[in-house]
Amino acid sequence: MLRVDVSKQLGEFSLQVTFASEGPITGLFGASGAGKTSLINMIAGLLRPDRGAIAIDTETLDDTAARVHVPAYRRRIGYVFQDARLFPHLDVRANLDYGRRMNRLADDAAQRVRVTDLLDIGSLLNRRPGQLSGGERQRVALGRALLAQPRLLLLDEPLGSLDEERKVEILPYLVRLRDEAGVPMVYVSHDAGEMRQLATSIVMLKRGRVTAFGGTEVLPAVASY
Amino acid sequence: MFDISPTEWTAIQLSLRVATVATLVATPLGIGVAWLLARRDFWGKPVVDALIHLPLVLPPVVTGYLLLLTFGRRGLIGTWLADHLGIVFAFRWTGAALACGIMSFPLLVRPIRLSIEAVDRRLEQAAGTLGAAPWRVFLTITLPLALPGVLAGMVLGFAKAIGEFGATITFVSNIPGETQTISSAIYSLIQTPDGDTAALRLVVVSIVIAMSSMIASEWFARRALRRLHGN
Repeated sequence: MLRVDVSKQLGEFSLQVTFASEGPITGLFGASGAGKTSLINMIAGLLRPDRGAIAIDTETLDDTAARVHVPAYRRRIGYVFQDARLFPHLDVRANLDYGRRMNRLADDAAQRVRVTDLLDIGSLLNRRPGQLSGGERQRVALGRALLAQPRLLLLDEPLGSLDEERKVEILPYLVRLRDEAGVPMVYVSHDAGEMRQLATSIVMLKRGRVTAFGGTEVLPAVASY
Repeated sequence: MFDISPTEWTAIQLSLRVATVATLVATPLGIGVAWLLARRDFWGKPVVDALIHLPLVLPPVVTGYLLLLTFGRRGLIGTWLADHLGIVFAFRWTGAALACGIMSFPLLVRPIRLSIEAVDRRLEQAAGTLGAAPWRVFLTITLPLALPGVLAGMVLGFAKAIGEFGATITFVSNIPGETQTISSAIYSLIQTPDGDTAALRLVVVSIVIAMSSMIASEWFARRALRRLHGN
């Protein structure tokens, strides 16, 4: 259970969001500029709320009243960025292993094989990020986040920088991830079609406020806006 | 012409030793300072920045004299170091290394700072979300990505240290075998009758050292770049 009740002023823009949701995939839906990325940056611990609280199950991650702020690196929240952000000086294998090393987790060969199979990236292990296509990069980024064994996975428009063909290539992996990985996710997108295929509950954002919350039926009828 | 005398050899070896020690000691310090200047905002940052660059704009003889006042036998820090740790800088090769280290410090810091500033902070954020504490982000992401700048800074610093003259001769004088580097040896030779050939030999040696360090730095930078772009 993810509980968010935060407010943040960013220049002219004010964000005031309250919601509580339970996996598998919570969709954060809204046009660009609605505050989706600022919101998940707060969940990740990359941005501090001015006021409010964020908690997963019974653990408080942020509580401005109690002066609690758990730094990003202690949250165990995975983050897949729109631009993948693979480490250019490390090969795919080392990128995938990074989170395990930093969290001092034991090497789990079975888990590694499961994730690389799930994402079909086993053949890329010796390559550098510079030698990967956009879709491959995004799959490696997904694998890297999963292998850090997060308790929540944030995906910020992971298909946003890909063309239609690549989107079609990645979507089935995300569906498999939802059904097989067992990690609750928050999925950010402005594409209603993607949301329908993936999300199990929807938080609709407009100009920094929640305008609707519920199942996929709250999504607009048109494919995207 | 190319018959290098023992005194000249001593000066060459001493120069290499002084510059190497100065660079190796200054590098970790320089990386720390460069990181602070590139990534942190703190009170008095412009003053720290100016202080580091001071040796670049001050007359070297002023820097040397200030070193003599602070690190000399009767200097504030010099006395303390000699009494408590047994470290003496005045008129020793270690003093030459200190003078060279301080004189080359701004040249060492600048490329490192620029390359740290050029490291994409979004990669550092990504490392944080994967569980890396700030110091591990620095060691595993920032520093490896800034490596070309670190090497460039080291080579520049080394080249400056090899050529340093004014501050060194003021602080530790020109004692053959102890503080007489290539530069001060050339200075002595051209003031001696018939010293011209020997001076020229040392001039050639300086050119060779300078050229090889430039080529080495270029080679390192290329290798590092290849590593970064993953080809």
